Amino acid sequence: MSAPPVELPPWIDIGLIPVINICLALLVSGLIILAIGENPVEAMAIMIRGALGYGEGIGYTLYYTTNFIFTGLAVAIAFHAGLFNIGGEGQAYIGGLGVGLAMLAFDSYLPFVLLLPLGILAGAAFGAAWAAVPAWLQAYRGSHVVITTIMFNFIAAAVMVYLMVNVLIKPGQMSPESREFADAGQLPFMHEILAGIGITVTPTPLNLSIVWALICCVGVWAYIWRTRWGYELRAVGHNESAAVYAGARPRHIVIAAMCISGALAGFVGFNEIMGVHHRLLLNFTAGYGFTGIAVSLMGRNHPVGVVLASLLFGVLYQGGAELAFEVPTITRELVVTIQGLVILFSGALAYMSTPWVTRAYRALLGWRAAATAAGEA
Amino acid sequence: MATRSDGDDAVVTPEGATPPAAIDLRGINKTFGTVRANNDVAMTVRAGSIHGIVGENGAGKSTLMSILYGFYSADSGVIRVAGKPVDIRSPNDAIAAGIGMVHQHFMLVDNFTVLENVMMGAESGPLLRESIQKARGALLNLASEYGLHVDPEAVVGDLPVGSLQRVEILKALYRDARILILDEPTGVLTPQEAVQLFRILSALKERGVTVILITHKLGEVMAITDSVSVMRRGQMVAERVTAETSPEELAELMVGRKLKAGVSRQAQSVGKPALKVEGLSLRDRYGVARIDDIGFELCAGEILGIAGVSGNGQSELLEVLSGITPISAGRIHVEGRDITVAKPALPDEMRGLRLAHVPEDRQRRGMVTDFTARESSILGYQRDPAYNGRLFMDYDAIDTHCHDLMERFDVRPPLPGIVSAKLSGGNQQKLILAREIDRDPKVLLVGQPTRGVDIGAIEFIHQQLADLRDRGCAILLVSVELDEILALSDRILVMFEGRIVGEVPIEEADRSLLGLMMTNTHQGAAAADLEPLP
Repeated sequence: MSAPPVELPPWIDIGLIPVINICLALLVSGLIILAIGENPVEAMAIMIRGALGYGEGIGYTLYYTTNFIFTGLAVAIAFHAGLFNIGGEGQAYIGGLGVGLAMLAFDSYLPFVLLLPLGILAGAAFGAAWAAVPAWLQAYRGSHVVITTIMFNFIAAAVMVYLMVNVLIKPGQMSPESREFADAGQLPFMHEILAGIGITVTPTPLNLSIVWALICCVGVWAYIWRTRWGYELRAVGHNESAAVYAGARPRHIVIAAMCISGALAGFVGFNEIMGVHHRLLLNFTAGYGFTGIAVSLMGRNHPVGVVLASLLFGVLYQGGAELAFEVPTITRELVVTIQGLVILFSGALAYMSTPWVTRAYRALLGWRAAATAAGEA
Repeated sequence: MATRSDGDDAVVTPEGATPPAAIDLRGINKTFGTVRANNDVAMTVRAGSIHGIVGENGAGKSTLMSILYGFYSADSGVIRVAGKPVDIRSPNDAIAAGIGMVHQHFMLVDNFTVLENVMMGAESGPLLRESIQKARGALLNLASEYGLHVDPEAVVGDLPVGSLQRVEILKALYRDARILILDEPTGVLTPQEAVQLFRILSALKERGVTVILITHKLGEVMAITDSVSVMRRGQMVAERVTAETSPEELAELMVGRKLKAGVSRQAQSVGKPALKVEGLSLRDRYGVARIDDIGFELCAGEILGIAGVSGNGQSELLEVLSGITPISAGRIHVEGRDITVAKPALPDEMRGLRLAHVPEDRQRRGMVTDFTARESSILGYQRDPAYNGRLFMDYDAIDTHCHDLMERFDVRPPLPGIVSAKLSGGNQQKLILAREIDRDPKVLLVGQPTRGVDIGAIEFIHQQLADLRDRGCAILLVSVELDEILALSDRILVMFEGRIVGEVPIEEADRSLLGLMMTNTHQGAAAADLEPLP
């Protein structure tokens, strides 16, 4: 009978509160911009115009969004199984290695229609494999997945440097990059696809993989909420002892969830390696794996929320780059600070404003009830 | 109907010039959303008395006490403590007003000692050593004064439930509580522990402490309280002097209608053994035998009650028989399948053998409280083709199934989309029972089927179990409520320290005999020690 205190309706919980959090972050960012002597309103305008105001900006925004969707989904699905996968960065890195190796091996033999699924499979398999080791250690040895996945990020980085510098580097050059893939091993850019149907847009890195990202969203949603495997996965995440009672095997589910999570993160490599760079190189993950944590938190671990949060971070990345370019006093570091503030307010401090909003909502309810009572009287 | 005037008339005042009432509540209102949890509630508790508050789950008793203890603030109303109006906005205010509360679920830090738990939050200074010394002295005083004996240095996690409760009481007394609220204190206790608790409460009363006892066990109310308030649907429907009322009257006031007496028991022919257990043992990771070489047969058409003080292997027995915990030695025979150490069976396989299980802890095992009722209604059967297409689950079928269960088992509200946590304890239990019974099992394991469930639902659940038995199901009933065991079982096994120390046919069973066997102090105990029953 312990009736809960006021429960917030969904429009406040998943609509208003994130908006408030972003506004708080922007407010603090504005103060910082003010402190270095620039006009915050103008800076915001440049940012938004830079991200959404013209074709090229939109293309870049959506290209970043693609990566965030993959890493956000990766964190979300693990979260539903009660796991906190912060190894998205490493899984994306190794996933990219898988895509690259597959292309380097087969791009001169197979046509695009076969290389496309091969790239997806390779990214998924390598990402999943990289997540499987921490998952196994968690399930069978009790090593906490938060610790092991973050360690695996470092191992992934070291492995990649070794491979790029010593093994996969194209002979006769200084920069640690592989040779470029043949045309069949390259995803078509969106501007190429649109040109094919007669629409001309500015070239951007946005490519076919965004379609795959959206397919993954639907797939993750269906898996989590519409299949018996997702049912057992959520059961383990919410209440392991009930899941055992129900005949689920938590160890298997931990491993399955982490593998799916790693596969999703691995698709960052699909976008970056097969879609944008068309060669293997270093540091293409650029922190997307870590940002995925904030994306997932902000999106409440739901695919729709993940898409929306990914869009927001896409805007921040692209708009921020534009801002640093347009206003010389606002440096790249300051842009990173603004991004960091948004992550801070919508991730780590996501529930900070909840008590205030709850109190305001309760007051509103009371006021409304009083008004109705007065009206009736 | 029930109102303030009702309460006023029934105020218990033996003499005219008594000291002011310990607690005086007037016109308390509290609304959650559209639910009026407390509707113009008035209550007076005489200083130095034991006052019971009874009512079904959801009647508003816990809300009322939460208001008194400062967890919620009332929408309107006046609280007077010892005659003075007080404004209680947080538990700290309540403690300052001399009110202490012992919660149903203990609020203790498991890896702290008793001493550390008692002084936590009431340390006397920044240095722990003084606080510890002060607390130790106070604790020893309290222990001798009220008979509250607990080793101050014992780590709380190692203590039995009865002692934990004493620690909670000590915590309140250490903070100078003159009014002690206990929320369903005997729900987790054995009959013996309950008797000890009542002794402590009497000692408290003698020394002038006022005790408020929230419960739905009418036997306790009759045994220990001086006066009793009855709540129903947020209202105070009656206040009685205990000596002038009866359990029947109280039950009727609580439920608002007359109750049937006990479950129907028809002459039964017991069928063939449905479950055979031989030499079954379970050792924990420290090598301690939690179940120690037990054997029994459970036949179709009988209810076999397992009595025992909580923590003597009954819970483990259920977990082993349902496949949750693998066995360490012995054999379980069910439906032509032998389960041994070498050939274990997991819960899904046991379910396939038509062995159903209503777990003891419905919120930790029996359902996922974050799941919707429809999802909880298929827990354990989620892979059943009836609820699945080739790839996706058939939510329409699940919805129909859940709605059907809710209808037949009177789960309220009958909304498959509701989050399971929002169902009351009784309704959660009915849903779980419905899910397991619906499968028409050959063997049903039931643990604490009515723990924390209100009277109306207990009656219903007992009847369902009896009907299932009459349809030929073999039922193993584990309960720490002797009344429940006695009301339902055809045969009773008593467990003590992982062993079966005796078997009693229902005709010969009574509370005192079982109580003695449960603590292994009956006459046959020595023999049973040497020679466990087969």
